[in-house]
Amino acid sequence: MASTDISLHKDVHHDHDAHDEHDHHDQHFIFKYIFSQDHKVIAKQFLITGIIWAFIGGALSSIFRLQLGWPQATMEWLEPVLGKWIEGGKLSPDFYLGLVTMHGTIMVFFVLTAGLSGTFSNFLIPLQIGARDMASGFLNMLSYWFFFLSSIVLFFSMFLETGPASAGWTIYPPLSALPQAMPGSGAGMTMWIVAMALFIVSQLLGGINYITTIINLRTKGMSMTKLPLTIWAFLLTAILGVLSFPVLLSAVLLLIFDRSFGTSFYLSEIYVAGEALANVGGSPILFQHLFWFLGHPEVYIVILPGFGIVSEIIATNARKPIFGYRAMIGSLLGISLLSFVVWAHHMFVSGMNPFLGSVFMFLTLIIAVPSAVKVFNWIATLWRGNIVFTVPMLFSIGFVSLFISGGLTGIILGNSALDIQVHNTYFVVAHFHLVMGSSAFFGMFAGVYHWYPKMFGRMMDEKLGYVHFWLTFIGVYMVFMPMHYVGIAGFPRRYYSWTSFDLFSSFANINMYISLAAIIAWLAQFIFLFNFVYSMFRGRKATANPWRSNTLEWTTPVNPGHGNWPGPIPAVYRWPYDYSKPGAEDDFIPQNVPFSQTQSSNLPHDKE
Amino acid sequence: MSTTTTLEQPKTGTWDGGNEPMKASYGKLMMWFFLLSDTFTFGAFLTTYGLIRHRHNAYTGTAEDFTFSTAYWPIPEKVFNAFPGFHGVDLPLAFVALMTMILILSSVTMVLAVEAGHRIDKNDVQKWLLWTILFGSTFLACQAWEWSHFITGSDQGMLMPDGTRFFGANLAQNEYGPVLFADLFFFITGFHGTHVFSGIVLLIIMFITTVNGTFQRRGHYEMVEKIGLYWHFVDLVWVFVFTFFYLV
Repeated sequence: MASTDISLHKDVHHDHDAHDEHDHHDQHFIFKYIFSQDHKVIAKQFLITGIIWAFIGGALSSIFRLQLGWPQATMEWLEPVLGKWIEGGKLSPDFYLGLVTMHGTIMVFFVLTAGLSGTFSNFLIPLQIGARDMASGFLNMLSYWFFFLSSIVLFFSMFLETGPASAGWTIYPPLSALPQAMPGSGAGMTMWIVAMALFIVSQLLGGINYITTIINLRTKGMSMTKLPLTIWAFLLTAILGVLSFPVLLSAVLLLIFDRSFGTSFYLSEIYVAGEALANVGGSPILFQHLFWFLGHPEVYIVILPGFGIVSEIIATNARKPIFGYRAMIGSLLGISLLSFVVWAHHMFVSGMNPFLGSVFMFLTLIIAVPSAVKVFNWIATLWRGNIVFTVPMLFSIGFVSLFISGGLTGIILGNSALDIQVHNTYFVVAHFHLVMGSSAFFGMFAGVYHWYPKMFGRMMDEKLGYVHFWLTFIGVYMVFMPMHYVGIAGFPRRYYSWTSFDLFSSFANINMYISLAAIIAWLAQFIFLFNFVYSMFRGRKATANPWRSNTLEWTTPVNPGHGNWPGPIPAVYRWPYDYSKPGAEDDFIPQNVPFSQTQSSNLPHDKE
Repeated sequence: MSTTTTLEQPKTGTWDGGNEPMKASYGKLMMWFFLLSDTFTFGAFLTTYGLIRHRHNAYTGTAEDFTFSTAYWPIPEKVFNAFPGFHGVDLPLAFVALMTMILILSSVTMVLAVEAGHRIDKNDVQKWLLWTILFGSTFLACQAWEWSHFITGSDQGMLMPDGTRFFGANLAQNEYGPVLFADLFFFITGFHGTHVFSGIVLLIIMFITTVNGTFQRRGHYEMVEKIGLYWHFVDLVWVFVFTFFYLV
């Protein structure tokens, strides 16, 4: 019955489409595509803004990799772009610090937070739980426009005469608190703080919307244990954001007062250029505590959506139920909970009590347990599966690979004794770029390739997708594997120049190699960009359920209109992972098929 | 067959979807989650207060011998002992106790407004909203006086190294003790005051909407209830601010 239902919907949809154009003639372009309250349009807005930011972030890293890889080279050829940031054929050291800071800020917040969970939470939550839209379309729209404003402010800060914020993406005071400390701590820092404040508002508006939508708007039968793992991941991501971003807001508000109104929250006994400042009594460590109370959950905000997307794609393409569904939910919960009590592992060398360090080390290492549960479950799902190597599947497998490689070094870094050796070296850079940077990017790519047919009604080109995958996958390992060796040798991060240290001159070649790989990997992303734009207009037309998947979004018409389902919202009878169920006709049974229609494959407990 | 019918129907438990599992509309849930996140904002500030205070020395002498000094954190009863119209009289924490009472009273009238909303009694909602706005504004006015007194300072002031005297406090200097005492006082009570102010603006909007009869036509006063949640939260935060700044 349900299968006839689906085809019935399709017919309705064609009617509806024609009808739609009639009916909504008066809906102006501005309200349909720009100030839209439709979750699908807002998702695309987040995605496209995120992609633009990702290319800018990548370009910035390519510039500072040029400096690191070829320290003797002249960069006059960049002068038309960078103007006076090239001083006498050399990259200005102040600008180098600005590049590093902006690269981090853009990638962590604007691409992998807003671009990733903004896109997929918005797009998938209503579609997969069976809702017509978000709880509040208006707040959802505001969430995007606050993000847009924040983007504008941050973007323009890069064109300031004194340069953008340069104190690193963690903006530790006193460097960030004293405008006279360095050029980037002036107007650039102010704009960074304004951009972040707007960004936090955007995150809160989005977050409370995602949570309430998941709680209140699930369709009939969609219990919490029938939710696709994507939705569980987005729910917990939103909760982490709602609870941790306000603390960053507190931290930067105090910082604004220190910068502009003469307070001393983070400042005490400081000399600038031989002159003593009046500030006494504050503590820069306080900022680190507040910052990392956000900062650590933030890395899970970045990676959790990837967990969800990858779980969904691996189960679909291995044609097998996800292994350990409840364990997957449990480990997501465990990781979310632990993410709030491990922040000080970023501060092992800040001079805090070593005993406190061992407490945080203990809690940090526990995270390896739920993470390992997830990894083994993904591998067990792949095990003897009927694997279809689609492009999103490749990216998902790549995600698992990167997550393992990066996660293993996390165990080393989480150890307070070992961390003293590698703290603030390229070892750390390699670790987090693999485990959260590249992994989250792979999750994002997987998601874009997988849900592109639902977003634009067309498929992305597979051949270009394979080329993009292999170049990116190999590129990422070529960049970050050698970086571990450089880091173990003590090579510090954020240094403009290392040529004055004899110790490091033997790393000239390896640095050149990393830079070359990084730039090639960045250029490979243009293949994706081309594929993304080209397929929107010329891609192969998608069918209603191209991946033969179980979740509800594939029961909508190929191009779902406002309200998602032209007819009534489908009810849900089963979990989303009934792939290759013994006795079933097909190797997948969508969630909206009642058990009465699948008598041949029902298991004893299904009948309860 | 009975089994077939159960196989054809989706489940209908509390968390089985198609309903509001927490018996709260999405708007109310959103307010709760916003308040939860705001708790973390205030939590961060109060943690900051605790950590910074811990970095300073405590006064160890007897209460009678207490004098203001930057060497140790001041005793709050000695700082906040003034009352409007009673110049020179030592009334420790009397004024702030009055302020707190007024704010708690505003919470009571808010409860009554929400209760009147449940009865769809437009006149009562108006009346109690107006009382809440009045008490809220009085609290803000009291805080303004408290601030201005704090800024003006005591009669004796503090002797500076260059022989001059400094009266009162600002963000960079403070006659009552360490400068951070004043910084935190201004910042945290100011942040709370901003919340109260936003609350009053929201209440005024609620009042106008009620007078226009919008809620009456809608058939429920849930919006008043949501603003009520916010208002109680702001009161609750004051209890913590009061405890940290004045009592501990």
